[in-house]
Amino acid sequence: MNTAIANDTIDTSLIQRDPVKDSAQEAFHKLTETVGTPTVENAKMRSRDVNVFYGEKQAIFDVNLDIGNNEVVAMIGPSGCGKSTFLRCLNRMNDTIPSCKVTGNLSLDGEDLYGADLDPVLLRARVGMVFQKPNPFAKSIYDNVAYGPRIHGLSSNRAELDDIVVDSLRKAGLYDEVKDRLDAPGTSLSGGQQQRLCIARSIAVNPEVILMDEPCSALDPIATARIEELIDELRQNYAIAIVTHSMQQAARVSQRTAYFHLGKLVEVNATNDVFTNPQHELTENYITGRFG
Amino acid sequence: MSATNLLLVTLGLALASFAYGRSRAYSVARLHGGVRSMHSLPSHYGMMVALWCALPALAIIVGWKLFEPAVVSSFLHDYIPQSVYEAGEKSVDLYKNDIGNLVDSHAIADIQDPEKKAAAQQLANLQHTSSLALVVLALAAAIAGASLALKRIKANTRARQNVEKIVHFFLISCASIAILTTLGIVLSVLFESIRFFQEVSIIEFITGTKWSPQTAIRVDQVGSSGSFGAVPLFLGTMLISFIAMVVAVPFGLMSAIYLAEYASRPVRNICKPLLEILAGIPTVVYGFFAALTVAPALRSFGATLGLSVSSESALAAGAVMGIMIIPFVSSLSDDVITAVPQSMRDGSYGLGATKSETIRKVVIPAALPGIVGGILLAVSRAIGETMIVVMAAGLAANLTANPLEAVTTVTVQIVTLLTGDQEFDSAKTLAAFALGLMLFVVTLCLNVIALHVVRKYREQYE
Ligand SMILES: Nc1ncnc2c1ncn2[C@@H]1O[C@H](COP(=O)(O)OP(=O)(O)O)[C@@H](O)[C@H]1O
Ligand SMILES: [Mg+2]
Repeated sequence: MNTAIANDTIDTSLIQRDPVKDSAQEAFHKLTETVGTPTVENAKMRSRDVNVFYGEKQAIFDVNLDIGNNEVVAMIGPSGCGKSTFLRCLNRMNDTIPSCKVTGNLSLDGEDLYGADLDPVLLRARVGMVFQKPNPFAKSIYDNVAYGPRIHGLSSNRAELDDIVVDSLRKAGLYDEVKDRLDAPGTSLSGGQQQRLCIARSIAVNPEVILMDEPCSALDPIATARIEELIDELRQNYAIAIVTHSMQQAARVSQRTAYFHLGKLVEVNATNDVFTNPQHELTENYITGRFG
Repeated sequence: MSATNLLLVTLGLALASFAYGRSRAYSVARLHGGVRSMHSLPSHYGMMVALWCALPALAIIVGWKLFEPAVVSSFLHDYIPQSVYEAGEKSVDLYKNDIGNLVDSHAIADIQDPEKKAAAQQLANLQHTSSLALVVLALAAAIAGASLALKRIKANTRARQNVEKIVHFFLISCASIAILTTLGIVLSVLFESIRFFQEVSIIEFITGTKWSPQTAIRVDQVGSSGSFGAVPLFLGTMLISFIAMVVAVPFGLMSAIYLAEYASRPVRNICKPLLEILAGIPTVVYGFFAALTVAPALRSFGATLGLSVSSESALAAGAVMGIMIIPFVSSLSDDVITAVPQSMRDGSYGLGATKSETIRKVVIPAALPGIVGGILLAVSRAIGETMIVVMAAGLAANLTANPLEAVTTVTVQIVTLLTGDQEFDSAKTLAAFALGLMLFVVTLCLNVIALHVVRKYREQYE
């Protein structure tokens, strides 16, 4: 009873209202379907009606998104909107968090990721991941790259392993810088080199998809430029999903861009369209810097 | 007034001067327009006055008590009979001691010898004068110090710095006491060892294989020539420590891995303290557990296999010592394993590694330096352990690598050399210091290496 009276006595007209925020909130509540084209023809990975919960709390709401072959999909959005959470569904890294529960349908080449006969350990060899902070193992450069091939038994002798290591380092654009010191510890490299080492490490297990979670946020501009170049080259052989905080980076490296907001996928379109002609009010607010 | 009473009075004066100084500071502050206008807080001024009151008086009391006996006894010279001087230095000391005891027990009236009585009377008078003088001096110093400090309660006196400097100095002296004590122990062990090595050659000590420290007391005694070859002792120590580590390292490491990587939070919260309780059990309890339970069990088990196990064996002592050290190894390893960043585990999972592959090939190698450091600390603990070995491994200095036989260790020999009535300048007792020195050097090296390794590991992830 008391609360009702209290509510009546508040003069709402006195509260200053922010018109942009207000209409954005309205738009978000109305949002039920993603704007743009979240699906592609020959998709490498598909997700349909994906919901993710951390205990009671829902972090992802009904997301549909495809990642095509030979394309880079950028995921942008304010902090805490669920980009990492969604990305980690794609190789079931969320399994390592006990409270995390995923519903909906995710597939790789039509194979259900959460199906009974799919081994998450093998899945992660097919869908590699590069993390925000470079995380080389406390091993030599060589052993860092050789780690994956060794545990998956990809080589039958030392010469083959050498080939895989050299090849992966080449593809990651690191070989020329480290070829004289493959025995040095991985942690002795600079930040940018460490991140390229981590990319080489995931390439070495011959994945089909590479997921990158803000791979450049701990790097300086020059190292960032190298990685961006590298991503563009890797697109020839892999499907790539990249989470980024930098809209310029999304514009530079991706073909399609997905905008997330509070756990919902608001808009997906060709990168060019998203940045020059955003369809949804929320996307526009974020891109023009009115929200973030 | 006795010294204790004098100390209490001084402390009382200091308390009073704190209160007075503080209220004085308040009234000075009122004249100047509030506490804010003073350089320091009133309590700082109070503290300053209290310290100025107490410290000079305390210094005088301590100094006086240090030098009083020497000065007083030098005044006694004329009262000691000529005959005592003629008997030599020792008898003078004895005579003085005697008088001192008589005075302390208030037995002057009972003394028959008139010369002695006069000397004792003189001593009593001297002591009385001295303690009166001390009271007067100390109280005068306390009051003078306090009133000097009271005069300095002004707006611009830096009382806080003054107090902090004294506190700083006090802390430094506390720290140096610990260091100086250690240094003193090390030096005394060193000097006694040097004395030992003047009697027994250091080569024999380090390379000799026979340990039998009984030296002949009379020249005509047979059979106890005394030989001081420390090799059997060090070998015994190494054997027992090795057995202990064979038990402690696998169990400690495995339980650390379980606790850090597999155990759920509630299990971890219960198991970790439980394991650490093992470290709190007194070693003497482990000792009788080893001697009364483990050793007989080993012996009868050995008998069923047709092995002869002596009733005191290196195996029993080493195994129980290993159990004692498990929490050491597990808790240090658990700390370093949990300190390995989650991002490194994620990197491994992201490449399609299983949990056990991740632990074996990524987490443990990353934590290895820290684990090794922990193990080295545990080894130095094992080497220094005495009680379990005394009770379960025996005293026989056998030169053997057979864990089923009785052996003895360095620490056990130190204990047996020094317990009971001993003269402190025979080679036998001095040998204890030499053993102690060797032990100290070995464990010091181990600790330095271990701490260095652990620190290096910490730097890697900070
Ligand atoms: N391990 C976790 N446990 C509980 N909640 C989490 C966990 N990880 C993320 N969240 C929550 O999920 C939401 C999305 O987080 P995240 O995916 O990390 O966002 P982003 O990567 O877009 O910044 C946030 O509200 C965050 O608080
Ligand atoms: Mg994130």
